[in-house]
Amino acid sequence: MNPPPEFLPLSNGTSVPWAEVPAWPVDDLVTATSAALERGGRLCAWFGVPGAAGTQLMAVLAFDAENTLAVGRSTPVKQGYSSLTPQHPQAHLFEREVWEQHGLEPAGHPWLKPVRQPAVNHPAMGEFFRVAGGEIHEVSVGPVHAGIIEPGHFRFQCNGEEVLHLEIALGYQHRGLEAPLAGGPDRTTMSRMETIAGDTTIGHATAYAMVLEALTGAEAPLRAQWLRAIALELERLANHTGDLGALAGDVAFQPTSAACGKIRGDFLNLTALLCGNRFGRGLIRPGGCRHDLETARAAQLAARLQTALTDVDRAAEWLWDSNSVRGRFELVGTVTTDQAAALGLVGVAARASGLVRDVRFDHPAGWHRFAPVPVAVWPGGDVFARARVRWLEMQRSVQFITEQLATPAEGERFAAPGAPAGDTLAVALVEGWRGELCHVAVTGPDGKFRRYKITDPSFHNWAGLALAMRGQAVSDFPICNKSFNLSYCGFDL
Amino acid sequence: MFIPDTIVNRLRHGCQTMAFPAGPPPALPDRHGGALRVDAAKCATDCAACVPVCPTRAIVRPPGEPVVLDLGKCIFCAECVTACPSQAITQTKDHRLAVRRREDLRLGPPGAEEVRLAAALDEKLKALFGRSLRLRQVSAGGCNACEADVNVLNTIGWDLGRFGIQFVASPRHADGLLITGPVSHNMRLALEKTYAAVPAPKLVIATGACAIAGGPFTGLPQVCDGAAAVVPVDLFIPGCPPHPLTILDGLLRLLGKLA
Repeated sequence: MNPPPEFLPLSNGTSVPWAEVPAWPVDDLVTATSAALERGGRLCAWFGVPGAAGTQLMAVLAFDAENTLAVGRSTPVKQGYSSLTPQHPQAHLFEREVWEQHGLEPAGHPWLKPVRQPAVNHPAMGEFFRVAGGEIHEVSVGPVHAGIIEPGHFRFQCNGEEVLHLEIALGYQHRGLEAPLAGGPDRTTMSRMETIAGDTTIGHATAYAMVLEALTGAEAPLRAQWLRAIALELERLANHTGDLGALAGDVAFQPTSAACGKIRGDFLNLTALLCGNRFGRGLIRPGGCRHDLETARAAQLAARLQTALTDVDRAAEWLWDSNSVRGRFELVGTVTTDQAAALGLVGVAARASGLVRDVRFDHPAGWHRFAPVPVAVWPGGDVFARARVRWLEMQRSVQFITEQLATPAEGERFAAPGAPAGDTLAVALVEGWRGELCHVAVTGPDGKFRRYKITDPSFHNWAGLALAMRGQAVSDFPICNKSFNLSYCGFDL
Repeated sequence: MFIPDTIVNRLRHGCQTMAFPAGPPPALPDRHGGALRVDAAKCATDCAACVPVCPTRAIVRPPGEPVVLDLGKCIFCAECVTACPSQAITQTKDHRLAVRRREDLRLGPPGAEEVRLAAALDEKLKALFGRSLRLRQVSAGGCNACEADVNVLNTIGWDLGRFGIQFVASPRHADGLLITGPVSHNMRLALEKTYAAVPAPKLVIATGACAIAGGPFTGLPQVCDGAAAVVPVDLFIPGCPPHPLTILDGLLRLLGKLA
């Protein structure tokens, strides 16, 4: 047997001519991908690129230890291919998605069913996995939940209070935003990128801007990269603070819950100080940023950041000091390191299972090339570990912003981008607050998008929540769910 | 030791709930801009510089007619403010945006330069809901930003409960729905069922550009372009997302709690 063909290496935030992306018969692509995953690679994206001769499958891989990405594609596929999932569970949803979008069947996939495809006024669900037995009962939750949160459906197979299996069915938030990106960019594109997942506006907007800048061959000015890096950490701080508060709330620990609810707003208001919008809308554009951080504004940001840190520091200390909180957080919802690696978890969930995995560190692009961020890892894989990783990251985010404010990048904040190159592939990864965001664009001869693929960290991580619930009580679901705090709309697109 | 520490901290901070509406409202961020104002009379003849820059196609100017900006579709990016050569579109810094009728969000012609703010409920409904309003929130394709800034109203700084307004876990316990998102087709059935489960008389509040007219997703085949396509809407709160102050203003205005 021939050795598997070689993928084309590339760096985060760069582009290559489409013609240079190696193309093999689909069986060879599957073999090569399998071998790459075997030797420690990670699947960032696996999707179809439609064309006149048929759909081409595209693999974007990350070799974190080698700080490199790699791409490869198939020649047009007519019917199907041999599923990667039995050997590499991290491919399971990607293969379902490709099947749903392009009709290419992954032969041997153990659980092939729709991801978010519409039926009549609700998502097509398919059959749910059921555990048989006279003692077994099923608990069905959602799509509309009890709180002010997004919709999704959870189906628990239980024996008494014990959850034997959880299946998560999403798709309710499907706005169909990805397919119409083809033919762009146009005036609607940026506002859609900013609302893929509203709590990750800075992350997704940065990834999109990086893709477009890679296609035009001109980086954003350093000043803009510096601003984006600061805004990304402010987004992380607000969301992590909210999550610590929500976790405290779910175990009825009011002091931290009440304090963090307010402090989260203080962090959101710092993003609003930058651009007027609490979620960072209107800040990032291809070519740079729309607003600057002048000296007086930066000083105000630094001072308010310290106040918020002092407040959240105190609120977090109460949480860690409380035996009743630790009693609820520890050894609940455990995902082992091996499980996390097999599922391809990213972000907080991966690092809380002991995986050293962070785009800012592994694949630095933009300002992170000059200002590295240490990776916050905690072993254990339980709710406590996921809370703890958030806390470590918050401290480092404040430190990062403080250091950057002390040494600002000079120059312009914006340089109008040129036209995107035709027949080119561009890849951008960003470490959003939940984890890795992956944006991939393929342009046609006219420089317009032929295909634009978005992978939110939630796409990798929902299966982690399902696994974390095995053997837990139904009543553990709220804290397990909050400890992941995944996006519904980021998944549903 | 968290117990004495939390008590001491609590005493030190005192009450953290804002004085508004008895006192002044919290300041909007200086770059927020607030509501928009459109003076169509200032438009140069044949100028349509604002039309192509709008990401949600909220601005139209048919030949020979005055410009019209639909604040329901607007995501407040202010690209039009920058593009306008004659200062016909300006920002007012006003946080108040909620209206009762969809057409009250169409700005431009003389007499309609700004939004026509929401009137309070009639006396009968005010008697029913004025002191106690229970809402069920339904996110139907929302991106989680509107949801987050609705949630903020329940934090100690805003303390929505002091107005008798509460978000409840079941539509059976609710007096109305607060809807976010453009209403994805995949959420349509769930929204219809939730609406049906709320006992009459009931209110519907569409929060954010998506719930009013589809927002950034306007025209996509998988969405309904807003809640009004599925249920009757009693209050529209524009924004992307609306600032918490704008949402609170809308709720209080509806209940007749603002002078």
